[in-house]
Amino acid sequence: MDALVAQLQMQYRNYTVSLYQQGFLDERFTELRQLQDDKHPNFAAEMLSLSFDDSVKHIGNITRACKDQTGTVDFGLVDVSVHQLKCTSSSVGAKRVKDLCVTFKEYCEANNYEGCVRCLQQVDIEYNTLKTKLQDMFNLEKQIIQAGGKVPQVDGH
Amino acid sequence: MARDGGVSCLRSSEMMNVGIRGMESPPLDVDEVHVLAVDDSLVDRIVIERLLRITSCKVTAVDSGWRALEFLGLDNEKASAELDRLKVDLIITDYCMPGMTGYELLKKIKESSSFRQVPVVIMSSENVVTRIDRCLEEGAEDFLLKPVKLADVKRLRSYLTRDVKVSNGNKRKLPEDSVTVNTSLPPPPPPLINSSDSSDSSPPLTISPESSDSYSPLSPVEIFSSPLSSQLDEEDDVLTSSPESSPAPEESPIRRQKMESPGLD
Repeated sequence: MDALVAQLQMQYRNYTVSLYQQGFLDERFTELRQLQDDKHPNFAAEMLSLSFDDSVKHIGNITRACKDQTGTVDFGLVDVSVHQLKCTSSSVGAKRVKDLCVTFKEYCEANNYEGCVRCLQQVDIEYNTLKTKLQDMFNLEKQIIQAGGKVPQVDGH
Repeated sequence: MARDGGVSCLRSSEMMNVGIRGMESPPLDVDEVHVLAVDDSLVDRIVIERLLRITSCKVTAVDSGWRALEFLGLDNEKASAELDRLKVDLIITDYCMPGMTGYELLKKIKESSSFRQVPVVIMSSENVVTRIDRCLEEGAEDFLLKPVKLADVKRLRSYLTRDVKVSNGNKRKLPEDSVTVNTSLPPPPPPLINSSDSSDSSPPLTISPESSDSYSPLSPVEIFSSPLSSQLDEEDDVLTSSPESSPAPEESPIRRQKMESPGLD
């Protein structure tokens, strides 16, 4: 049992560290973890989940704003949603999505339609990738707990 | 947790299952620090609530400047009957909000006779010097860069004690202004009530619940793969009546004075 736990913990550590190293997560995620206690054991996951709900909404709004039939895109509208997406990502440590939004905003400000469409595609990919990776990470946590172990604190270094 | 855009009022554990203004609310314990937090982002609202509760504050969180004014009784001309009992020690607001910005809210608060003395802190994701200066000139006590950290909130907490000294310290938070976070938490706050209201309509004031002792926490995997709202419905309603105790601040309490001319670092 202990050997299994140790192995899972190592797997978990490596996986989590890689998420930080590849820029999927940043120190904000670590900070949210540090706000957890016995009464709020899943605070970080809950915030991620809420943020993802928000992100879906914002990505939807951006998509609609970019699919304008008349050929004129309201870049102001796009910009507002990109800003909100950036904020929600920043709030939970979703670094890649947040960084993409910075570029996205620049395209909005330049009224660059092709740039915006490219960013939208990338944002969608990054959001979905992050979601999958976090699910994998949380799955590992579950396995550790089920094997009778404790989830190690990992801060990305 | 309040999922809608309403107010989560954690003023008192005796307030439950009602989310309505005008209901009788017991006066706050004079020793409890009560913070009004204003942010249109649900995630940010919940996080700032968590940070404030960790530092032993009572929190009322609203999703807009209008709701904040409504809560303070500043939304119409006749004085609110609640005003006598309304004790707000700090207002912390996001800058960028649809409708009324944090700056506009700040101005309205500073124009009011009842609340102009209450320190107002602005939060923003953008480090724009002109924005910061404008807010400080209008009377903001401090300006925090988002995402707000526990260290930032702990620093705010140090303003809010009975003994005050005046200080002209630099109030602008700069990106390089990182403080080592002491992550050892005070005793966890008592669990709050779970509202069973998960409807789409947003009442002006709702109770924001936290998990109770009898709540068996879902694992992050479960939270992550199913909509959060369905999990919230499963939480039990549990009341607690023990108020939070405020830990004594370690350093000598200071209250920052409005800066005359914010300097640039």
